[in-house]
Amino acid sequence: MKIITVAGTPCAGKTAVIAHLARLYMKEGVKVAVAKFDALATGDDEFYRRELGIPAIKGLSDYVCPDHYYVSNLEEVHGWGKQQGAEFLFIETAGLCFRCAPHVKGVPALTVIDNLGGLDAPEKMGPALSLADAVVVTKSDMVSQAEKEVFGYRIRQVNPEAEIVRINGLTGTGAVLLKRIVDSWPEVREISETELRYSMPASICSYCTGEMRVGKPYQSGNVKKIQTH
Amino acid sequence: MNEATIKTLTILAGTGKGGEEEPISELTIQAGECLAVVGPTGSGKSELLADIEQFARGDTLSRRRVLINGTMPDLTTNCNGMVAQLSQKTGFIMDGTVRDFIQMHALSKDRNRSDIVDRVLALTNSLCGEPVLPEVRLQVLSGGQSRALMIADIACISDAAIVLIDEIENAGIDKLKALAALAASSKLIVLSTHDPILTLMATKRTVMKQGAMSSIHATSTEEAQCLEQLRTVDALLGSAREGLRNGEQLSVAAISR
Repeated sequence: MKIITVAGTPCAGKTAVIAHLARLYMKEGVKVAVAKFDALATGDDEFYRRELGIPAIKGLSDYVCPDHYYVSNLEEVHGWGKQQGAEFLFIETAGLCFRCAPHVKGVPALTVIDNLGGLDAPEKMGPALSLADAVVVTKSDMVSQAEKEVFGYRIRQVNPEAEIVRINGLTGTGAVLLKRIVDSWPEVREISETELRYSMPASICSYCTGEMRVGKPYQSGNVKKIQTH
Repeated sequence: MNEATIKTLTILAGTGKGGEEEPISELTIQAGECLAVVGPTGSGKSELLADIEQFARGDTLSRRRVLINGTMPDLTTNCNGMVAQLSQKTGFIMDGTVRDFIQMHALSKDRNRSDIVDRVLALTNSLCGEPVLPEVRLQVLSGGQSRALMIADIACISDAAIVLIDEIENAGIDKLKALAALAASSKLIVLSTHDPILTLMATKRTVMKQGAMSSIHATSTEEAQCLEQLRTVDALLGSAREGLRNGEQLSVAAISR
């Protein structure tokens, strides 16, 4: 099975990019499925079922750290994809806090970022961008050629290796470019025993267990303090 | 690959909207040349531009193929870096001064020579009536100033060999000079337009019908003469526009001259 993990900033167009790419594969008779991870709510699974007619599942992390929830459920999602008879499984993660990357060693990784987030956006995105195999830039039709080129340069500074592809999420122009790259990516046999490309943050403090009050007396466990002097 | 290495762009026929074979089987454009793409709305102009933007290899809806210097580009060739687009945008989302903007772009392209700001602004100001100064913030530029700066910037800094233009509208810039400036930087220009003057300014034009390239015309000698007359009409329209914009009253005598 082909698997791709997809990360990206909120509203950058991850779902649109996946939908355009999925349609190209479906035209070739490839069976596609999507697993969507989110924090509180998402209608994306419904969108994939309705608009593309493909199997889709959602996982909501709710009170658990979204990244921890995601990695704890990768095997389950992989198993679900196999059950659906999928030949291509997209694992879409929500725009999370960008301390982590959902990307896994040996599993092709895509990160979506839009051109409107400011020129410093690539630098702020951390491992989700720097460890991706390909970076998709959306909303390029909203900016000048110069801004596009400078943005590409900033991405290149953070991730010199990744292919950069521009896709128009509305029209799908550019999706064939991404498909040519994805075609060359390997299949993934097993997801168990693979390794994350970047570690996840430690937690286990009082807030992890539902504490809501602000102040030292309520903080216990793994608490890290800011340096103010 | 950049503008120094791309000499020709060839489009090989695909199919039209009904799936029929495209009448024009092959179309080649040379560096420094301009191809106008004309046809009614919905005739497939944007799709042709998108095929070029993606270096189509039979994998787009039209099934066209795009060759660079006569051969299919490598799969790894990043066409995003070779194709510049002048869209209908008339403003920047970035903030900062014009000088910083030009220098930042030049730096990203390794073209940060000491005279780069002067060169870009000299060209900008030859395209646009209201001069653009280096200390001005991008966000206060008018639509025409922004557009002129975008064009001058593509001509002077972008190393993309192919420029796709989706209509240069009358945003207060000299569109003929703009086209000439881009061609002078030996870029290969594909221009989708409804404007008869821009169409005749191009070396040749392809007429789109039902999603297909239905014919190719080179600008004839007689058409070149028509171009002169059309430019006179355009200049007249331009001066009427300017006059009305400046609060003047038009007179029959002035516009029949």
